[in-house]
Amino acid sequence: MKSRFVRLAETERRAVAFRIDGEAVTGLEGDTLLVAMLCNTRHVRQSEFGPEVRAGFCMMGACQDCWVWTADGQRLRACTTVVSADLDIVTRQPEAQWPNLV
Amino acid sequence: MAESRVIVVGAGPAGIRCAEALVAAGLRPLLIDEGRRDGGQIYRRQPEQFSRPYSKLYGTEATRAQNLHDTFERLRTKLDYASETLAWNVAGGKLYTARDGLASNHAYDALVLCPGATDRLMPVKGWQYAGTYSLGASQIALKAQACAIGSNVVFMGSGPLLYLVANQYVQAGAKVAAVLDTSPLGKRMRALPKLLARPDVLRKGAALVRSLKQQGVKIENGIEPLEIHGDDQRGVEGVRYRDGRGVAQRIACDAVALGYHLRPETQLADLAGCAFEFDASTHQWLPRLDDMGRSSVKQVYLAGDGVRVLGADGAEAAGALAALAVLRDLGMDRAVDAQHVAALKRERAKMERFRAGLAQAFPWPAQQAARLSDDTLVCRCEGISAGELRRVIRDEGACEANRAKAFSRVGMGRCQGRYCGHAAAEVIADAARVPLEQVGRLRGQAPVKPFAISTVAVAADAPARPAAAITQEER
Repeated sequence: MKSRFVRLAETERRAVAFRIDGEAVTGLEGDTLLVAMLCNTRHVRQSEFGPEVRAGFCMMGACQDCWVWTADGQRLRACTTVVSADLDIVTRQPEAQWPNLV
Repeated sequence: MAESRVIVVGAGPAGIRCAEALVAAGLRPLLIDEGRRDGGQIYRRQPEQFSRPYSKLYGTEATRAQNLHDTFERLRTKLDYASETLAWNVAGGKLYTARDGLASNHAYDALVLCPGATDRLMPVKGWQYAGTYSLGASQIALKAQACAIGSNVVFMGSGPLLYLVANQYVQAGAKVAAVLDTSPLGKRMRALPKLLARPDVLRKGAALVRSLKQQGVKIENGIEPLEIHGDDQRGVEGVRYRDGRGVAQRIACDAVALGYHLRPETQLADLAGCAFEFDASTHQWLPRLDDMGRSSVKQVYLAGDGVRVLGADGAEAAGALAALAVLRDLGMDRAVDAQHVAALKRERAKMERFRAGLAQAFPWPAQQAARLSDDTLVCRCEGISAGELRRVIRDEGACEANRAKAFSRVGMGRCQGRYCGHAAAEVIADAARVPLEQVGRLRGQAPVKPFAISTVAVAADAPARPAAAITQEER
């Protein structure tokens, strides 16, 4: 199966188009970015410390396991970000920069 | 005399009831909350675009949830409210906050911390695989987003929430592969006298189990989790566990909701300098508290699941009680009705007895820590194994939580020890052969959640914004 999460209700909301690693996908208005991503794919990032991919963990902004990046390098916590049109998300941390002020 | 400035952190059941009592006494508190909307986690509100009714969202607690939300709406113009705002430090009599990359600080005459709780986790081999979520997360996915965390979900761990969420999943049409509870039935029988402090809740709990069984959901008691098996790319593929008779079993699934009840978010209390005491019944350090919610530090009050996990009803009572303590300490005795205080204290004592019952019925599985294989990750943030943690205990003699953290980095990752801290302490106690109490607890560190360094830079050259400035932007 392509998506990790399963929508059980509230599917009549308006669609929101955004991109994950360059691929055009669709979420629904009111989705968190995490939910919008996981209704299209099975993970949101690659772990920097291990071989496995990650898909978030606590969904309440406490574990920081769902950090993703925008194409221009901004870091977002997917579970507390509301999905919006034209977000261009990358699931791998951009090349480390120092000082990393954003 | 200028009006006293009271700050309440957290807009869940405790924070809202606290703010309500303060407003009733004529104060205008500043309510700071990380959430986008009020309600906290338990009565979390779905986004505006969603339309499910209260009965669907909150089940038997629909009336209480609606009542709390309505209370907040009524208070809305009578308090200063900052949503999506992180309270990240308490120092020098000020609360430090950050919102949208802007840092600010606020002096207070009284600070009531109601920051709520997060899931309490015991690691299991493979819990880093995508598709393992905290039990609370599995509920948030459903309640706030109308999603299941997978197409076939195992609920594993212990505590009443396990049955509640599994049941909510079944009712919403999700497939539940099994409910695997580490607590044996006998423990629950022995805890009955204490659990009878709240017969209504006990009845609701029994109904949940009955409902799951009627729906044909497999429920196992007294299990030991062995492994979440899966693949680095594909994520979770199943669960291995030893059943109550000691036989190894395997269940296929694509998601696991894992949790052992809750742990209070005590970091801000810690940074404020509050004294802690060891709670032997739940194996953890908790802030010391008087019978109205005063901490050991003057002007700092603690209420709700952020200090003692009494559940939503207990949090409402504790929040109101803390407000009355604030009013008394501010010399506003006339706004405090002694009978009301006595009733709230009785209510809280009842909840406290029930809490002791839950700790006995669904115990924290401390004994699992000693049996974690060396290749099991203790720290999910940075992928640090039980073996590495044991090595620093053995080779570096690090037998205290913060020292072991410095050597191993367990507790130093971006969750700041929220999800590994309690288990790591058990691993240390076992490996070092010292009592858990002696291992101590991870010190809270500011900021209590990570944010970009540029946030602080703004605060450094800008004058501190008065609280009113925040709330004007809010409106």
